[in-house]
Amino acid sequence: MIKPLIQYFLALALAPLFSGVINRVKAFFAGRRGVPVFQLYFDLYKLVHKTPVYSRTTTWLFRAGPVAGLAAMLCALAFLPFGGRPAFLSFEGDLILLAYLLGLARFATVLAALDTGSSFEGMGASREVQFAVFAEPAFFLALAALARGGGGLSLAGIFTNLTPSAWFTASPVLILVTGSLFLVFLAENSRVPVDDPNTHLELTMIHEVMVLDHSGPDLAFIFYGAALKLWVFGSLIACVILPRHSGSWLVDAGAFILAMSAIAALVGVVESVMGRLRLLKVPYLLMTALTFSILALIFQAGR
Amino acid sequence: MIPLAELIIVAVILLNLAMAASGELAACIRLAAAQGVIAALLPLLAGRGAPSGTIVFCGAVILLKGGIFPWLLTRARVKANVRKEVEPVIGYPASIILCLGAFAASSWLGARLPLPETASVAWIVPASLSTIFTGFLLLTTRTKAITQVLGYLVIENGIYIFGLALFVEQPLMVEMAILLDVFVAVFVMGITIFHISREFDHIDTTELSQLGDWYPNPVKSAAAEAAGAGQRGSYDGGGQSGGKK
Amino acid sequence: MIGLLMLVPLLSGLSAFLIRDDGKRRVLLLTAAAAHLALTVYALAARPGIVPGDWFALDPLGLLFLGVTSVLFFGASVYAVKYLSLEKRDPGEDSEEGFIFNNAPEAVFTGCLLLFLSAMTAVTASRHLGILWAAVEATTLLSAPLIYFHRHKRSLEATWKYLLICSVGIAMALMGNLFLGAAGLRSGADLDLESLLAKALSLDRAWLKAAFLFLFVGYGTKMGLAPFHTWLPDAHSESPAVVSALLSGALLNCAFLGILRVAQVCAAAGLSAFTGEILIFFGILSLMTAAFFILAQKDYKRMLAYSSIEHMGILSLGVGLGGGAVYGALLNAVSHSLTKAGLFFVSGLVLAAYKTKQISEVKGLVRRVPRTAVLWLTGFFLITGTPPSGIFLGKFMILKAAVSGGHYAAAASYLFFLAVVFAGMGRIFLEMTLGEAAVLSEAEKPFKASRQMLIPAACFFAGVIFLGLYMPAWLNDLITGAKDLIGGAV
Repeated sequence: MIKPLIQYFLALALAPLFSGVINRVKAFFAGRRGVPVFQLYFDLYKLVHKTPVYSRTTTWLFRAGPVAGLAAMLCALAFLPFGGRPAFLSFEGDLILLAYLLGLARFATVLAALDTGSSFEGMGASREVQFAVFAEPAFFLALAALARGGGGLSLAGIFTNLTPSAWFTASPVLILVTGSLFLVFLAENSRVPVDDPNTHLELTMIHEVMVLDHSGPDLAFIFYGAALKLWVFGSLIACVILPRHSGSWLVDAGAFILAMSAIAALVGVVESVMGRLRLLKVPYLLMTALTFSILALIFQAGR
Repeated sequence: MIPLAELIIVAVILLNLAMAASGELAACIRLAAAQGVIAALLPLLAGRGAPSGTIVFCGAVILLKGGIFPWLLTRARVKANVRKEVEPVIGYPASIILCLGAFAASSWLGARLPLPETASVAWIVPASLSTIFTGFLLLTTRTKAITQVLGYLVIENGIYIFGLALFVEQPLMVEMAILLDVFVAVFVMGITIFHISREFDHIDTTELSQLGDWYPNPVKSAAAEAAGAGQRGSYDGGGQSGGKK
Repeated sequence: MIGLLMLVPLLSGLSAFLIRDDGKRRVLLLTAAAAHLALTVYALAARPGIVPGDWFALDPLGLLFLGVTSVLFFGASVYAVKYLSLEKRDPGEDSEEGFIFNNAPEAVFTGCLLLFLSAMTAVTASRHLGILWAAVEATTLLSAPLIYFHRHKRSLEATWKYLLICSVGIAMALMGNLFLGAAGLRSGADLDLESLLAKALSLDRAWLKAAFLFLFVGYGTKMGLAPFHTWLPDAHSESPAVVSALLSGALLNCAFLGILRVAQVCAAAGLSAFTGEILIFFGILSLMTAAFFILAQKDYKRMLAYSSIEHMGILSLGVGLGGGAVYGALLNAVSHSLTKAGLFFVSGLVLAAYKTKQISEVKGLVRRVPRTAVLWLTGFFLITGTPPSGIFLGKFMILKAAVSGGHYAAAASYLFFLAVVFAGMGRIFLEMTLGEAAVLSEAEKPFKASRQMLIPAACFFAGVIFLGLYMPAWLNDLITGAKDLIGGAV
């Protein structure tokens, strides 16, 4: 029981580190030095000590949005495997709960955005939900393909069942699942090519525009929730790539954190190398993810 | 190495979907070439006592499908001054969904038609059937003549993969014959495409619809108008009456 | 012996590309055709035996179709020589839309014609299904330049459709061949006809059925069965008369031979009920399509093409019914080839006289070109099965077998569609032959059909009438032998 709790607190502590890694890699590609790796921690500290400003047109939804989103993410983190080892909460069907918690977080953010009454946020909300139509089935089917491989419907069961030899016997399935999860990662965390996290132009914002009016601790909750979301998707990918292979918890944990950093670095590289897709083309990208998931499921089912 | 062969099959299926979704003609040609080359690697992985000529055979196939066919098609494309887009009749999402449905259906069919144990790789029958279906899709829903030839090439890719599944012991003669035939067919088609582009100034096959029985022929015969005014020129069968030349 | 049969046209075809002088090339065409006919007659008399494991051998079925092809080609070459000399004037003016077009170089035409004969010979003589397939593919690729002889838009469209549809069909047939290979995997059967027939009972039935379906679709496309027939009317109406005659008379038969070989294997494996149903269904479907499209037809060459589709449907129906109907179908195949070729030759003359393919503008043939008109009307009566005609005998035998076999629905629809076709074609032919001819102005000379172009058609028609009255013993033996091969002894 101790180790899963340690895992949970490690996750809470380390999550903001990886957006710093991504930014550092992007700066490296751009020939700059870039912000410090711990910048998000400093930002969170700064924001928590500020006074929030609320618009007169908003209601309690606007205040509840960030809180609900963060709460959903904290709950989701409780199910997440760490280095292939189960988290401290797990039961049959918890992967469905995971998907729905992520959906709840998105729902809360979208409601808060619509509550401001501004057309900016409304536009961002509509875009966000439109892409979620493709991203959520892709995510769900990828998890279903993994679940079909054994281990029932619980995340702990799936990843306990996944051994390194699976990469030899079922490599097509795992490659497709990894690809699909990576594309969903890019979409859900608003990374290039789906959405540029640094842009503030009306034509191109999706995620940042929804949170444009938040300030102070609310914004801190949103940033932290985004970092946790990054951790959630990243840890799923890392657990697929590096199934538990050694008996030692320390070795597995170390390898897991290294894998997460590698994924973050890879995202940084992808962001630096590619341009942002036109909004009309983003559904095609997500349909590619959906196709990968469906194919993985068919392959796994026919095995 | 069984997993490597499976990976190749997966790659073939993914290339099918990519071709169904691709919007640019040059990209389609490259994807079809890649599919042919990847499928050509399959006999090398058969393992079980592959005959010595296999490497030469695979090399010849890679040369044909990866080099000569794309070159022929690109030459036809450049000479015909074709526009970049593919211009499909059904949208890209519909094409992808059809391809996925075809793959599911061919998986079902593959389970119904089991190959005896001499065949080594699973998923070969579904992969080949879905490749054939993708070829049909390209043939019927794309309106340019070059994509129709491309669809034909993809159908032949699927047939080639199926042939490999069966004749793992002696693929050489059968597959070489097939390849030779495909080469000549593509060559002839390339020449015809050049003629089409010269005749029509485009290669949009929806324009090739003058012959048919479903609508009244709007063309009035020049002979009817010329009745009484004398007839000129020479026609099919020659005319000893007043041939001008 | 068989090698000579294939080599003579092959070498002549290749050298036709190299010969510069038109006269010499036409002489080469005639001599090659005559040599091929002589060799075929010799093969008929000598009947070389079949060694198992040979790639090429002539069994009665192959010999029957080879004979028809050879006779047809000889007549076509006689016609073609005169036709090519008349076509020498360049450029031509299109009759329908009035634009100017070129013809293909005569060397290409003659060379492809001879190579086409060589490929068809290979189809009739092959004992290995893979070789048969390759030869059928070769005929597709070699006949495409023949269709594109007149270089204009419509013939290009027809050529493109022909090339693409038939190539895809042949690809389906290749899948069928591979499925046959899969059926024989467990018992170690090759694609050789001998080994397939010997091990027929141990072939995997699911794969065999799938193989038959794919091969039927593939070769059926080439044969012109509905619903895969869409290339046929276009190709036949836009190509020159010689090429249409050869396509209808010889190529469709060769494609049918592909289906027959598979039917042989299926009959030996005990699947004749399954194959029979499919053949009957598509035969009636082709009849229906042909009848439907002939009724409203405006172009007489397209009408002849649909009549070919009708007869291919009858062939399929006959073989599907089994028993005596197979004899009728084979007799029908021979007679139809001769009659249709003659009709296409005559249609070429009509086109030359009237400069149009529209039925509504051709009137009064009897007054303008009497000899052509006589042949035209004779051809009509022969092709629709008016006695005495070999086609009448063939159709009647099929009807008899259908009724005595209990296929009453098939027999009824068969008769109905035949009647519809007769009515449609009758209207067209009679309108064209009788009626008021347009008055010629003084500047035109009346068209005089060359005797060289009339004689092949006349000979073919005479042959069919002769067949309807008296069946020579050697032909009877040949057809019976072929019928027994297909398993017609029900």
